[in-house]
Amino acid sequence: MIVLEKRQHPSPWMTYLSPVISIVLTFLIASFVVSAMGKDPIKVLSLFTLEPLSGKRAIGEVMLKATPLILCSLGLAFCFRSNVWNIGAEGQFLLGAIGAGGTAMWLTEAGVAGSGWLWISLALLLGAFAGACWAAITAWLRDRANANEILVSLMLVYVANLLLSYLVFGPWKDPKGWNFPQTLRFADSLSIGRLGTGMRVHWGFVVALISAAAMLWLMFFTSLGARLRVGGLAPGAARFAGFSSRESLWTVLLCSGAFAGLAGAMEVLGPMGQLTPHVSTGYGFTAIIVAFIARLNPLACILASFLLSMLMIGGELAQSRVGLPASVSSMFQGALLMMLLMVDSFINYRLRWRPGAAKGLKRDA
Amino acid sequence: MHELALLIAAGIASGTPLLLAGLGLLLNERAGVVNLGAEGLMLIAAVAGFGIAFYTGQTWLALLGGALAAAVFSALLAWMVVYLNTNQYASGLALSLFGAGISAFVGAALVGKKLEIETSEKLPFLGDLPFFGPALFQQHTMVYIAVALCFGMVFFLYHTKTGRLLRGIGESPASAHALGYPVQRIRWLSLVIGGAFCGLAGAYLSVIYAPLWVEGMVAGRGWIALALTVFATWRPWRVLMGAYLFGSVTMLQLHLQAIGIEIPTQFMSMLPYVATIIVLALISRNPHWIRANIPASLGKPFHPG
Repeated sequence: MIVLEKRQHPSPWMTYLSPVISIVLTFLIASFVVSAMGKDPIKVLSLFTLEPLSGKRAIGEVMLKATPLILCSLGLAFCFRSNVWNIGAEGQFLLGAIGAGGTAMWLTEAGVAGSGWLWISLALLLGAFAGACWAAITAWLRDRANANEILVSLMLVYVANLLLSYLVFGPWKDPKGWNFPQTLRFADSLSIGRLGTGMRVHWGFVVALISAAAMLWLMFFTSLGARLRVGGLAPGAARFAGFSSRESLWTVLLCSGAFAGLAGAMEVLGPMGQLTPHVSTGYGFTAIIVAFIARLNPLACILASFLLSMLMIGGELAQSRVGLPASVSSMFQGALLMMLLMVDSFINYRLRWRPGAAKGLKRDA
Repeated sequence: MHELALLIAAGIASGTPLLLAGLGLLLNERAGVVNLGAEGLMLIAAVAGFGIAFYTGQTWLALLGGALAAAVFSALLAWMVVYLNTNQYASGLALSLFGAGISAFVGAALVGKKLEIETSEKLPFLGDLPFFGPALFQQHTMVYIAVALCFGMVFFLYHTKTGRLLRGIGESPASAHALGYPVQRIRWLSLVIGGAFCGLAGAYLSVIYAPLWVEGMVAGRGWIALALTVFATWRPWRVLMGAYLFGSVTMLQLHLQAIGIEIPTQFMSMLPYVATIIVLALISRNPHWIRANIPASLGKPFHPG
C-alpha cells in the first residue's frame, strides 16, 4: 500500500514548484470540463491566458481587477500568518465601499468642489476606517467572548451585503435615478485619476503596490512583524516570550480590515463612480485564494493577484464569447486552491510503497 | 393561536436543513475534524438534487442523489485532510469556494425552472389535531426523517461500540491509534457520512423547502450549522433544539411583517446571521464550558508514523 511519509527536510523544490504544478493541473481539469461541455478547450483556455494580456486596454483591465485583490490579500496574508482566520474580507471590502461611497455622495450633494485629491483622500481614509471597524467586531468578539473568528467574520459578510442593499434600495437611492438601486453619480472631481489614456486602471494600483512593499517591511523587518509571525508559527513559544496574542489579534484584524476597506473605497471612487449592490464581484473571497497561492508573502501577492485577475476576466470573456456561465471562473478558482493544498502536502511528505501496510502493520518504521 | 401554529410549523420546516447539516458536522467534529466545506457541499447537493428532481420528477431519488453528490466531494475533502494531512480550515474553505463555483456553473441552466412536487402532507389522525396538527404534523416526510436521524445519531454515538470509538478518536487519536484502531479510516468515513448529511440538507432546501434553484441559495446555512455544533456543545439533541430555534428566527421576519411591524426587509434578513454571531459569542464566553465539551483533538491533524 502507498503511504505518506514525512520528509526529514521539507523539499525546497516543491515549495516553489507547487503553485506552478497546481496551476497546470487546474488548467488540465478545466480543459477536460470545457471539452465535456462541447467547447474547444484551446480556445477557452486562451480566454483565460492570452486574451487578458492582448493589448494595452486588456492589460489595464487585469491591473484594475488586481488592485482590490492585492490589497485584500495583503491583509489576509497578515492574518493567516499569525493564525487568525479572517475570511470576511468581502464584508470589510463592502463596508469600505459604503464608507467611501457615503462620503462621496455627501460631498457631491453638498456641492463641495475644489481640490479633488484632498476629498478623495478623505473618502478613502473613511472607507479604510469603516473596513477596520467592521473587522474590529470580529476582533472584539474573539478577544472578549472567544467567539470563533471564522464564523463571525463570515456571518458579517452576509450582514454587510444586506446593509449595502438596504442603503442603495432605501435612504441612499438616487431620487433622479429612475428607481434603480444605486446612489447618484459622484462628482467628477471625486474620481480617482487613471494611470494612462485608454486604460481603466487608476492610481489605486500604485497605492496597492506601495502597500505591498509596506507590508513586506512590516512583516519581515520590524519587531512587531516578528512577534506576529512567531505567534502564528509557535503560539506556545510566543506566550513564553511574553508576546501578547491579543496584540497580534487586534493588529492583524484591524490592518486587514483597513486594507480591504481601502480596496472597497477605491473600487467605488475608481471604476464605479457610484454605489450599487454589485460593488464587489467576490474580491474578498478570491483574495483568500490569492493569499494562499502567494504563500502569504506580500510581494508574491502581487503576482498571484494578476493570475486570479486574469481568471476573473477569463470567466467574463468565456461568458460573452463562448456562452459558458460566468461562474466558470469561481469554479476554477476553487479548484485551484484545492489543487494547491493537495500538491502542497508533498512539500513535507513523500509517497512511499510499504508492503503490508494495509494489514495494519503501519508502525514498523 | 393559528398564527403561532403556523410559525412553529414554518420554523421546523426551515430548521430542518440546519438540523441535517448540523448532525453531519457534529459527526465530523466528534471524530476531531472541522468541515468548513459544509456550505459548498450543501450547494453541490442542492443543485444535484434539483437537477434530478427536475429531470426525473422523483423527490426521493433527488434527495438521495444530492446526498451522494455531497458524499463524493466530502470524500475528496476527507482524503485531503485525513490522508494528505492538509490544513483542515484551508481545505474546507477551498471546498466551500469550489462548491459555490461548480454549483453555479452546473445550475446555470436550471435557474427559473419549477418543480411539480408535493411539498407537505398531512399525517393521518395526528395532522387533524387542533393546534398540534398544523404546528407539527403537516410537514414533508423528510422533516420527520431528520428527527429520526437525530435519534439515530444519539444511538450511534452513545450506544454503539463504533460510536464510542469515534468519540474516543475525537478526544485522543494517538491513543486510539496506539490501541490499534484505524483512526484515519474512521475519520475518513465520518467525513463521507457527515457530507451525505450536509447533502441531504442541501437537497431538502432546493427540492422541498424552496423548491427552486438559485445561485448561492444555501445563503450561509452551512456556516450557521457549523455555529450550531458549538451552540449545542457537540450534543445531538441540542443541535435539534438549536436548529428549530434558528429556523424560527428566520421565519419570525415574515410573521413580523404580516403583523404589520415596519422594519426594512434587509434588517429582517440579517436576523439569522446576527443571531448566530450573538449566540456564538454568548456560548463561547465561558471557556470552561467550551473546554469541558469540545472534542479535544478538534481541528488537529493526525498522521501515524
